[in-house]
Amino acid sequence: MLYRIEVSPVDKSADARAIIATEKINEFLNLPVQISYTRDVYTIGADLSRDQVEDISQAICNPIIQEARINEQSAPSEWILRIGFSPGVTDNVARSAANAIEDLIGRKLTNDEAVFSCVEYLFDGAKIEQVQEAGEKLLGNPLIQSIEVFSSEQAAKNELPDHFPQIDAVENDQVDVYNLHVSDDELVRISEQGTLALTLDEMKAIQQYFIAQGKTTERQELGLNSSPTDVELEVLAQTWSEHCKHKIFDAIVDYEDTVSGESATYTSLYKTFIKDATSEVGESVDWLRSVFTDNAGVIGFNDEVDLVYKVETHNSPSALDPYGGAMTGIVGVNRDPMGTGQGANLLGNVWGYCLASPYTEQSEIPEGLLHPRIIRDGVHLGVIEGGNQSGIPYTYGWEYFDDRFLGKPLVFCGTIGTLPVEIHGEKGYEKEILPGDLVVMTGGRIGKDGIHGATFSSEELHKDSPVQAVQIGDPITQKKMYDFIMEARDRNLFRFITDNGAGGLSSSIGEMATECDGVYLDLSKAPTKYAGLQPWEILLSEAQERMSFAIPKEKIKAFQDLSDIYEVEVSVLGEFRDNGKFHMAYKDRTVAYMDIEFMHKGYPRMQIPATWVPPVWEDPVLNDEDAIADFEPFLGRLNLCSGEAKARQYDHEVKGLSVIKPYVGINRNVVSDATVFMIEPLSSEGVIVSAGVLPRYSDVDTYHMTASVIDLSVRRIIAIGGKLGHIAGLDNFCWPDPVLSSKTPDGPYKMAQLVRSNQALKDICTSFTIPLISGKDSMKNDSTMGGKKISIPPTLLFSAISKMDDISKAVTLDSKDAGDLVYIIGETKDELGGSEYLASKGFTGSKVPQVDVPGAIAIYKAVSNTTEAELCKSLHTPAVGGLAAALAKVSIGGDLGLEIDLDKIPQESGLSISELLYSESNSRFIATIAPENKEKFESLLAGIAFAEVGTVTSEKDVKLSKDGACVVKANVDTLLNNYESTLAYE
Amino acid sequence: MITKVNALIITGFGLNCEKETATAFEQAGAEVTQIHLNRLIETPEVLENSHILAFIGGFSFGDHLGAGTVFTSRVRHHLGSQLQKFVDDGKLVIGICNGFQTMARLGLVPAVNSEYSTVQAALAHNNHHTFRDDWVTLKGNENSPCIFTKGIKEIEVPIRHGEGKFVMADEKLFQKLKDNNQIVFQYQNSNGEVATEFPENPNGSRDAIAGVCSPNGRIFGLMPHPEAYLSPYNHPHWTRQKQNGTLPEKGAGQKIFDNAVEFVKENF
Repeated sequence: MLYRIEVSPVDKSADARAIIATEKINEFLNLPVQISYTRDVYTIGADLSRDQVEDISQAICNPIIQEARINEQSAPSEWILRIGFSPGVTDNVARSAANAIEDLIGRKLTNDEAVFSCVEYLFDGAKIEQVQEAGEKLLGNPLIQSIEVFSSEQAAKNELPDHFPQIDAVENDQVDVYNLHVSDDELVRISEQGTLALTLDEMKAIQQYFIAQGKTTERQELGLNSSPTDVELEVLAQTWSEHCKHKIFDAIVDYEDTVSGESATYTSLYKTFIKDATSEVGESVDWLRSVFTDNAGVIGFNDEVDLVYKVETHNSPSALDPYGGAMTGIVGVNRDPMGTGQGANLLGNVWGYCLASPYTEQSEIPEGLLHPRIIRDGVHLGVIEGGNQSGIPYTYGWEYFDDRFLGKPLVFCGTIGTLPVEIHGEKGYEKEILPGDLVVMTGGRIGKDGIHGATFSSEELHKDSPVQAVQIGDPITQKKMYDFIMEARDRNLFRFITDNGAGGLSSSIGEMATECDGVYLDLSKAPTKYAGLQPWEILLSEAQERMSFAIPKEKIKAFQDLSDIYEVEVSVLGEFRDNGKFHMAYKDRTVAYMDIEFMHKGYPRMQIPATWVPPVWEDPVLNDEDAIADFEPFLGRLNLCSGEAKARQYDHEVKGLSVIKPYVGINRNVVSDATVFMIEPLSSEGVIVSAGVLPRYSDVDTYHMTASVIDLSVRRIIAIGGKLGHIAGLDNFCWPDPVLSSKTPDGPYKMAQLVRSNQALKDICTSFTIPLISGKDSMKNDSTMGGKKISIPPTLLFSAISKMDDISKAVTLDSKDAGDLVYIIGETKDELGGSEYLASKGFTGSKVPQVDVPGAIAIYKAVSNTTEAELCKSLHTPAVGGLAAALAKVSIGGDLGLEIDLDKIPQESGLSISELLYSESNSRFIATIAPENKEKFESLLAGIAFAEVGTVTSEKDVKLSKDGACVVKANVDTLLNNYESTLAYE
Repeated sequence: MITKVNALIITGFGLNCEKETATAFEQAGAEVTQIHLNRLIETPEVLENSHILAFIGGFSFGDHLGAGTVFTSRVRHHLGSQLQKFVDDGKLVIGICNGFQTMARLGLVPAVNSEYSTVQAALAHNNHHTFRDDWVTLKGNENSPCIFTKGIKEIEVPIRHGEGKFVMADEKLFQKLKDNNQIVFQYQNSNGEVATEFPENPNGSRDAIAGVCSPNGRIFGLMPHPEAYLSPYNHPHWTRQKQNGTLPEKGAGQKIFDNAVEFVKENF
């Protein structure tokens, strides 16, 4: 029978969830409604006695602050808004409730028994439509949740229907076949109808393969013919997706530079620029361990551990369901290091979001897209809860705002881990599979979640984007699995591990099969959340929290026994072979039989045109009076202001390793250039984490955008006290579709932007001796929702990681003591193109910052010498916002004033105040030092551009003078207020 | 007087501070055993052989149904009597953050009137209803019987929680809690006073309570994380402390674990 347990706060007036929801609805939807309180409702469908349910209710309800009702509906308010998950969507709260119930009743719940949770909001002073609107637009997401409104009369009569979204389905082993003996038009239609994202050329390659294969007796004996099964076609679509095969980066590119008149043909940008750059750098460093081959990059750290790092994007799912999509992003990328080598320990997360302004007018949002404020709140909360519940601190985070991210937000999530250098006598980063090893899956059960995720993210966002592509993460299921994996690794219970990400089993097993050249799987052995999944759905489901293993037969018993302790589900699905075949069965019937060689190499290479025609941008005449007046409010701009209100909701101290935190300064309120954490508790060795992203520079030239983001990431490492020499980089490309088509007539330009970015990546990384150890690309960041095409600006996130031998040499950016001398190092140039300042005036400009690599290297070596000698009391590097933003942050961080003589700043001749303050020239620093160290400090900087420009003052004003006269006097508290108020909402 | 002090740390189901908590006890000179809750249920004698039990921080069962709720249910049903004996033997228990929430749900703290199985207090959602990570200053109660905090007048440590607002419904019990000096730590503002305002009082706790102990001072629960301040380089201002010569040799959080191990050595 069904039981309803309703848990309400005792003190309803102090229900924070109600108060905050009310505030949001009032403010954001402009609806004058009042939520009197909220309550949690659990619906239990199980064979239980009333007494047992009473016990359960007591265990669930905290008697000090809550009261519970069983099967008794109360309704002191006008309306009840109920939000619960739709059928089949992961309900993590209910899963934990089931755990508690099982402990209380002393047995496991049967397959016919289930628990569901939902939240009920009690509304007063509203119309039913308003309650519905609040539910659909703000408190819930109709894509994954049922949102219902009931009246108090219904509740008074105990007539609220139960929230019990159980799926009643029966086993479905149906396998369809696709007749590909059809016209080209029909092939295209088959691809489009099935969200397969396969091109005509690819469909034809598949057609030809199966016509040839259909004639083989091998295939005929298995009951198959020249028409592929749905399992086969779906596997190929997934394996060949842009998401999995990176076809654009692998394409043949015909590049033409209309400025120089040069043209070139590149076969694979990835091999030509990224891989080759790392090979070149690899000749001069001895700490590369495993790059580009595994789930994450691995570099050496010390004699005990290697360092593992991976950054991913989760853009499309986050556009549809910001909370679920982003949570899956963070817990998903956790599994990359977890599945690298023999399995890494996870140490830290990073995140970064490119979003449209949360203050965008509702009328400017194309139909079908979510408001950026909803996206921002949801994305943060998803990564906050995913990271916090996984017990992994965030080490670095950032946000970047531009209106073009309205179509698709970019959600970057990354994870850093460590791998023991040696595990059971083997290198920790190596692993293998032998024929005869068992195919084993662990973790969450399979449902329809995330089916077509890989192919869907290989398309633009359109009105028919598949709803089931959204997944919900379950960090606790994954944490249990992670704890289990760490012990299984240390006890040597498996031979190979990898993660199940996009494409699910199809992808993980498909890739594992290449290790020993063959695999056999019985899909009926895979555990499912509910009946009714067809074989192809089991294979492609992207249900979360799963890892795949190769396990020697003699170890499976010990592996399973250990999994019982950790309450992790383990399924043996088949075995690895060496017959060259990807062989899938459902019970005894073969449902897919393909050559592994064809699966991974059978797709035709794309050929893409790329033509570079530089854009023409006006350079406006700027007024110095404006530049002076703009100084004080400038820090309030979205790309410069503090994100602390959100950042503090992320745990950044768990594990006790944090040394330089994301926010620094005497009041811990200014975002740090980079962060440092210890490699283990009480260690003197640490890891420096930094990143750079400058999408607006792409509007001028992606070559200089790329050079600048690399320089920015590197100089942030220098600014925290690091040095050149042991720095590795990760490249994450997010591009609008660059392939010429009727939908993308400007493809050749966007492809040329991609080529130029890659050229710079190679040029700059090899010059700085930075190997690229891992990367990812997301190439279809366009939206056609509401009939309006929005493409993101080409965005490259460059993430840098470095070893710090002695963490006690780290420096922060905040000024420390009045009387300290202020230095500016590096030259300021006439480089306002793409700057935040020009954007604030509605311009782009043409003079985008460039990087003088030899000059930068000289500066970085000299500055590192000053931090090595412990001479810098503070050190900061200007980025977006130039010296104006940087000086203000140094001052706010120290809660002290500054007196700066603008004329002394090292600069190209003839710069105006606008250019001096707001130019975003690369490779610059602001340092403060004790006066007694002046001579020593200056001697270490000999040969590079630097100057003493002023002093730190106890008087809390930032005073800037020109030609002997004070031109700017900005109060530090006012600056702080401007810095904090823009994004102050939690 | 004993020389070998055994500290037991329960792990699993989303708890996540085992490594730093183990480091803290090891630095204090204890032998540390980390054990998954399911293994402890299978081998409860491990508890019997320990002197100090730690309920650590993390997100047991994702904090679903309220922090500590599901974990408490399992502990109560499978280890209830062994835990009662551990307490009756006068052994030490510390609960940090999620561990404090679990202990409050079990009734181990504040246990006014030495009633160790009655729920008397709750850690409710923070007033802002969001998780918060920040450093706070705590005021130590010098008159408290708490074993763990002897000699601590003031300490800076990080907090990281979404449900840390200390609530007691029964006024008489609350008065007794105060009278018995069971209030061990209170959030303190920059003037050295008990903090009433956010963010110095990060969650809206009554009387700014950050930690409480049992009447005999042997069971201690607190929301902040002393195990996350073992290294002097954890402090948010360590670069300043280094420049002005005030950088301590150890992180201040270590003292709480040192006190516990020292007490066991002298009294068991």
